[in-house]
Amino acid sequence: MHMATTLTINGETKSFDAPPDMPLLWVLRDILGMTGTKFGCGIAQCGACTVHVDGKAVRSCVLPVSAVANRAITTIEHVGSTPAGAKVQKAWLDAEVVQCGYCQSGQIMAAAALLAATPNPDDSDIDAAMAGNICRCGTYVRIREAIKHAANGRQS
Amino acid sequence: MRILGSLVVIAIVVAGLAVWIIRGPGPLDFAAGPKVALADYRAGKPTGVPAKLEKAGIVERGEYIAKAADCMVCHTKPGEKDYSGGLAFKLPFGTLYSTNITPDKDTGIGNYSDQDFLNAVQHGKRRDGARLYPAMPYTSYTFMTDEDVLAVKAYLFSLPAVRAKAPDNTLSFPFNQRWAMIVWSAVFNPDTRFTPDTSKSPEWNRGAYLAEALAHCGECHTPRNLGFALDNRKKFAGAITAGWRAFNISSDKATGLGNWSDKDLIAYLSLGHAPGHGSASGPMGEAVDHSFSQFAPEDISSIIAYLRSVPPQPSPDLPATTAPVAPASHREGVTADARGKKVFASACASCHGWSGESPVSPMATLTGTWAVNDPAATNVAQIVISGTKRHTPDGALSMPAFGNAYTDDEIAAVANYVTARFGAKGSKLTAKDVAELRGQTAE
Amino acid sequence: MNAHNSVSRRALLTGGLAGGFLLAFHLPLRAAANEPVQRDVTDGKFAPNAFIRIDGTGRTVLMMPQVEMGQGTYTSISAVIAEELDADWSKVEVQHAPPNDKLYGNPTFGLQVTGNSNSIRAWWLPLRKAGATARAMLVQAAASQWGVEPASCTASKGVVTHAASGRTLGYGELALAAQGQTPPKDVAVKDPKDFVLIGQPLKRLDTPDKVNGKALYGIDAILPGMKIAAIANCPVFGGKVGKVDDSAATKVAGVRKVVVLDDAVAVIGDHMWAATKGLEALKIEWNEGPNAEITTKDIWDDLRKASQKDGAVAKSDGDIAKALASGDRFEAAFELPFLAHASMEPINATVHVRPDACEIWTGTQIMTRVQSEAAKAAGLPVDKVIVNQHLLGGGFGRKLEPDMAVAAVKIAKQVDYPVKVVWTREEDIQHDVYRPVYRDQITASLVDGKVAGWKYKVAGSAVLARWLPPAFQKGIDIDAIDAAVDAPYDFANFHVEYVRAEPLSVPTGFWRGVGPNNNVFAVECAMDELARKAGKDPIEFRKSMLTKNPRMLAVLNQVAEKSGWGQPLPPRVGRGVCVQPSFASFIATVVEAEIDDIGEITLRRVTSVVDTGIAVNPDTVKAQIEGGLIFGLTAALYGEITIDKGRVQQSNFHDYRMMRINETPKIEVVVVKSGEAPGGIGEAGVNAGPPALRNAIYAATGVALRRLPIDRKLLAAGKKA
Repeated sequence: MHMATTLTINGETKSFDAPPDMPLLWVLRDILGMTGTKFGCGIAQCGACTVHVDGKAVRSCVLPVSAVANRAITTIEHVGSTPAGAKVQKAWLDAEVVQCGYCQSGQIMAAAALLAATPNPDDSDIDAAMAGNICRCGTYVRIREAIKHAANGRQS
Repeated sequence: MRILGSLVVIAIVVAGLAVWIIRGPGPLDFAAGPKVALADYRAGKPTGVPAKLEKAGIVERGEYIAKAADCMVCHTKPGEKDYSGGLAFKLPFGTLYSTNITPDKDTGIGNYSDQDFLNAVQHGKRRDGARLYPAMPYTSYTFMTDEDVLAVKAYLFSLPAVRAKAPDNTLSFPFNQRWAMIVWSAVFNPDTRFTPDTSKSPEWNRGAYLAEALAHCGECHTPRNLGFALDNRKKFAGAITAGWRAFNISSDKATGLGNWSDKDLIAYLSLGHAPGHGSASGPMGEAVDHSFSQFAPEDISSIIAYLRSVPPQPSPDLPATTAPVAPASHREGVTADARGKKVFASACASCHGWSGESPVSPMATLTGTWAVNDPAATNVAQIVISGTKRHTPDGALSMPAFGNAYTDDEIAAVANYVTARFGAKGSKLTAKDVAELRGQTAE
Repeated sequence: MNAHNSVSRRALLTGGLAGGFLLAFHLPLRAAANEPVQRDVTDGKFAPNAFIRIDGTGRTVLMMPQVEMGQGTYTSISAVIAEELDADWSKVEVQHAPPNDKLYGNPTFGLQVTGNSNSIRAWWLPLRKAGATARAMLVQAAASQWGVEPASCTASKGVVTHAASGRTLGYGELALAAQGQTPPKDVAVKDPKDFVLIGQPLKRLDTPDKVNGKALYGIDAILPGMKIAAIANCPVFGGKVGKVDDSAATKVAGVRKVVVLDDAVAVIGDHMWAATKGLEALKIEWNEGPNAEITTKDIWDDLRKASQKDGAVAKSDGDIAKALASGDRFEAAFELPFLAHASMEPINATVHVRPDACEIWTGTQIMTRVQSEAAKAAGLPVDKVIVNQHLLGGGFGRKLEPDMAVAAVKIAKQVDYPVKVVWTREEDIQHDVYRPVYRDQITASLVDGKVAGWKYKVAGSAVLARWLPPAFQKGIDIDAIDAAVDAPYDFANFHVEYVRAEPLSVPTGFWRGVGPNNNVFAVECAMDELARKAGKDPIEFRKSMLTKNPRMLAVLNQVAEKSGWGQPLPPRVGRGVCVQPSFASFIATVVEAEIDDIGEITLRRVTSVVDTGIAVNPDTVKAQIEGGLIFGLTAALYGEITIDKGRVQQSNFHDYRMMRINETPKIEVVVVKSGEAPGGIGEAGVNAGPPALRNAIYAATGVALRRLPIDRKLLAAGKKA
């Protein structure tokens, strides 16, 4: 059963037909053509699909589209327009975090949500916010470094 | 001779008394009102199918009753054909396998006559005369009417025959002695059909029939006595079954259903989830998916009316109130158990959140559930080990089974962390406890 | 040219930050529908060879013969070409090369393959020559325009200068004229001391689009009218589809078509959700075939039995029988499990089969094989198959196989629109080609505290025999014994054998780290046990046998110092070392780990010292070692695929576990300055982690593990092996 759905994504209103239980991930990728948000596991174990819902990091692969009407969704394509997102993206490039890059949309979204809530995260904050995001290339050391770098940049 | 006779009499009296003590009251004895034969009951129709199916054929009626009696879950091995049996029941003294109840003549029940089928369902007697183990809840099904039992048979015989032989049971002595079940059955099977209670409403009587004869709630929710039969002195006080805790569903306000609203109960039974009470998983999840979710709305209401009449039985180990929402930050709230926290951050927080309120689905919210407020953490550990996969009208609800890749230590640690963070009192599970829980789970 | 690559387009200039270099290019922003595909157009350009295209504006496009899967090769290869070309780095753009073994085949393999840490190693000289040749032609063009001797001109940053007259011409202005020049026969390449790009930590060219969601992986392809397919492969290896009841599936909203193949069923839908729900609603009966009862135990029983046989001799120096007959004897067998690749981008391929052609969009390590195998599946000549390469969301060897493209072609053949076939993670894990199980037996003798005889027998699958049959000769898989024959130590009597043992039903393939994976583990574990037997410190013991290997010795000395080797540690904390000369890089690694009383492992610190010869991009070298270590440590801690009833039992990250950030130790990688030719670096870190961790556990607990993944039950306090 498809239903007309309207979402606010990256500040824009998007209307489309989708089954109410369809995860936001597939709406973004397969209906709206926004492929920056990645499919990794489909069971909220890897974090590649992370988006922001009202500023908080949420796994879009298990988030039914019916649950997010009336809420503000931000994706990797737009996170650079938030202060924390921009700092994280810059830090990611400065620290040369990225390898294959496939998980990095999700890593960046998780890190941006962390910094927005906790401007000066310590290692335990980073562990708590980032442990749900798998990177198969093993960029974790640089992710940690870049988050701290982004946080320091914020202070200066 | 006389002395001997006296001794025999005494022995019989003692044995009778012992049986009476061990057996305890029957499942409906608490109601205590005047009973009347079903045929003489005029106030309503407690047995059979709901009104909308009254005119349906026997197969369709049988399907409703089979679902209400939840035959399929136990008689189907995951991934195999419905009703083809082979599901393993791991018991402390070995493993039992459920039988194939498709109409296959060699491996199923294709050769069963009506009387054979009645014997099995109501009396626990197999076609070849052997006794069934009480994993088959015939002490509940015995309350079913012949008409309803035979409708189930008609439904089963309408299904495709599946050739599938269940593995042999692996019970140890003396539990492998099926003949002993004759004695067990004589003591514990009331072997009687349902009789309505005229002091109660027709709705209550329908609920009683559904809950006792068909849904067999007590098989999981009533503690067992020394004879491994239901101890109805503690009716619906909750028990551990197949490694999962079936919580108190008596009318106790603090730890039973006494404070649940009708709306919550309706939602829980028909959808498997009620806001603030969590989601059904494990055996109850299966019962909702395959049985309660198929009930007619008036049957759900009847069951609720019946449940509310069951006398309160406190569960003293459970807290009087469940814990409130945990802090949103990992820093606040419980911070002990570094290992548990580490596992939670890695594998759990994405769905359950640090507050216990799920960011993705109300069904994954931990706050308010008995599972996290149970200081034994049985169901928390169990769902981590086995996961859950359910289909609700709102879509699939699933949690992966972490048991194969996480150690007993990790599972104990995360269960202790979760119960401490989201529940009223943290658990103290050990790796050994988790290993034991693994052993108890059905497939 | 019969095949076309996906676009590389310049989007914007971004400030490069390290070393003052400007970044000037972007990888494809939008493939397929959203932008016209850019072809390798040579008309009107200076196109001296297959790799370099300079147009009239000076825009310099470099064609990438190797694929980018995270290892940074696009940046490193560009730097190698641009170095000798003296290109303006800020005007360099990269483009995926089309499939063409003749033009782009890796010189080592003669195939357009990316693997074996071989991109820079194989292309180091050919690409420098390509760049230098092009530069010489540009200089000739300028010199003839000015009527001066080429030798009197210099080139730098895309400009030719005649210093004597002060005249300059940009490469863009010279492009047309240079195209008419005769290429010099044998051009000289630069002296490394003159390098301006090579050796600098250049910012990677592919990363700006990878932090904003614009980078396009195969799974991101979008085409007009495209539908999405989900696939169910037969759960038992070698099984076939029996009966399919699609009555419920076709009723799922958004499902378009159910496609039944020989060994798989696919559901095509408007989106992945419809496709997966449709797949769930299908009732499929499989003909499971003869493998339906196979278990991991059967496979191990077979392998253990096979490993008792004599193998084909790969190397034999000295008199091994005599050497083993004397001294203190040591014998051990090391066993490694099946592993899945689990790249973060699940397996996928997008295909449009038209009456006269077949077009494919995917990210692959083996473009030409995708093209030729797809042609067979499509029933078309190879030149009618177009392959559009994408970035890879991890490859790790899985994408050295063309199976995903072949299956997608078979599905797409049944419809007239393009289909993107996306594998769920469960399909990805359960239908991989697995790193084989290996059993490595080492028999050695110690005389005077040194290894006097060393016999090493590798038993396991010959991946190469399937993948590149001509390379499998005399019963020896040169991959499986790669680092067995190239052990770094001076063993006077040295003997290596190989027993080919293919596991029942389970397909095997290359896995990051390849053959040296098993070899380095076995050698370095054995060396630690031998050191203990000899009563020596593990590093001192190794050093005594590295006298003929100065590069290995130097990194080992350095890692001892950097890691604090020998400094006191708390109880149940240990350091373990691994040295390896794999992929022509010399790496010494120390892992420091703590094992608690119940056997749980905490990684405290990892130190690696790397001599990879000339490090084209030292930061990339560091990153590859860091990531490789985590890849290998993940396998040591958690990695094992098991089989029951002919099926893979693991399915997703909840039961095929990955290391996460909260388990990651501090990692320090030191890249040694060297003037040697570059070695491979993408895989070496993978091989270093497991033996170094295992040896740290050995030091901390006394338990000599012989099997991976690590069994924590063996490590609880009080246990001794």
